Amino acid sequence: MNWDWNAVRDFMPYFWDGLAVSLQALLLGSLISFGLGLVWALLMRAPTRWVRWPVGTVTEFVRDTPLLVQLFFLFYVLPEWGLTFSALTTGVLAIGLHYSTYTMQVYRAGIEAVPVGQWEAATALNLPVRRTWTAVILPQAIRRVVPALGNYVIAMLKDTPILMVITVLELLGQARLFSQQHFQFTEPITVIGVAFVLISYPASLLIRALERRLVR
Amino acid sequence: MSADTPLVNDPDAHANPPVDGSELIRLDHVTKRFGSNTVLDDLDFSVESGKHVTLIGPSGSGKTTILRLLMTLTKPDEGTITVDGEQLFPAPEKRVREIRKKIGMVFQQFNLFPNMTVLRNITEAPVTVLGMPKDEAEARALELLDLVGLADKADARPTRLSGGQQQRVAIARALAMRPQVLLLDEVTSALDPELVAGVLDVLRDIARTTDITMLCVTHEMNFARDISDQVLMFDAGKVIESGPPERIFGDPEQQRTREFLGAIL
Repeated sequence: MNWDWNAVRDFMPYFWDGLAVSLQALLLGSLISFGLGLVWALLMRAPTRWVRWPVGTVTEFVRDTPLLVQLFFLFYVLPEWGLTFSALTTGVLAIGLHYSTYTMQVYRAGIEAVPVGQWEAATALNLPVRRTWTAVILPQAIRRVVPALGNYVIAMLKDTPILMVITVLELLGQARLFSQQHFQFTEPITVIGVAFVLISYPASLLIRALERRLVR
Repeated sequence: MSADTPLVNDPDAHANPPVDGSELIRLDHVTKRFGSNTVLDDLDFSVESGKHVTLIGPSGSGKTTILRLLMTLTKPDEGTITVDGEQLFPAPEKRVREIRKKIGMVFQQFNLFPNMTVLRNITEAPVTVLGMPKDEAEARALELLDLVGLADKADARPTRLSGGQQQRVAIARALAMRPQVLLLDEVTSALDPELVAGVLDVLRDIARTTDITMLCVTHEMNFARDISDQVLMFDAGKVIESGPPERIFGDPEQQRTREFLGAIL
């Protein structure tokens, strides 16, 4: 096996394009999973099971099927229903939806960890239900779950290469494109592997630091 | 504190200011069970406006449950509860909210909001529930903090304070809503012994200088003797004896009361 630094140099323009797409997918997928996961978690506390049951069933189904299958479904089946998105948009939606079924459990744990005395104090002060959630419960719950959410961001980062299968040119897609054009495989694959480590490892250190600060 | 607006409770703030001595709280045939355990057993009692009533008795005798029922933190299984002439269970949400405005509660575990400063703990409800302007609420909160001896802690986080300081903030927070009734649920039980006196002094001060009605569950018998107009002795979900503190502490009629007082004094 020969290592060719020229191939690395030639790959870098592809690399930066791929990195931009990967980070974009990660950022948007994270935002969707954070927002949607919170919506699921709150709906699961609805007083009526006519809300809890469908939400519970749908999210359980999404959590129990592979992301890859969901990705194919959204990419090939949605257009038949007249819903056509770009490959990247489809990928972001799939990742965001899939991970929202995990973040909802994180939020649930965070909400349940808020002591019952906080609810009682809010009742004693006559705070409206909405205000109790936004001013008392969620600020405390979310503070506790920031590190757990961070871990899912890292997991999502490592799942972004799956978007290659629906033609998104993220890091792995760019590496494959370069390989097919230049018949050099080792260098681009190695470069993106190292890039994943260089992003994930500092991110996990950051999460550990946050954990020490936020979770008591 | 300005002379024309009493700091702690302002009778003019309520549509029908209660005449001192009128019945403010009434429980009729109230029964509360947790599983097979009956904590309140067909209980009747009433509290007159402006009075300080202390509930004493062994743990598990239902004292705290009465406060929790009045604060709507739990529901009775049977019986009716009336506050200022309005029935509480069952009641539409709107009426419950109106009744709750008349009642403040201080908890054993303080239950301050750790995500807010001391000042915002106190201003949060006056601003969002009573619609008080923020600067007015803050000015009042600072006066209340002064009253409880913590004027310098307005910007601190509750978790930075001692238990006694947290409990005094919780008292200020309850008073900020200008309640007619203050419910005190074993407010010194979670405190280190050296911090108890500071909290009780604040409460003595409030009892002496305001016409607020107090319902107090406590094991601090000297405090109960000092502030109470009436003492109720509970046992197994029933009031077994009641009367002025001099008589209950000095010459109890019931053997059970004598045993209880003998065990804790």
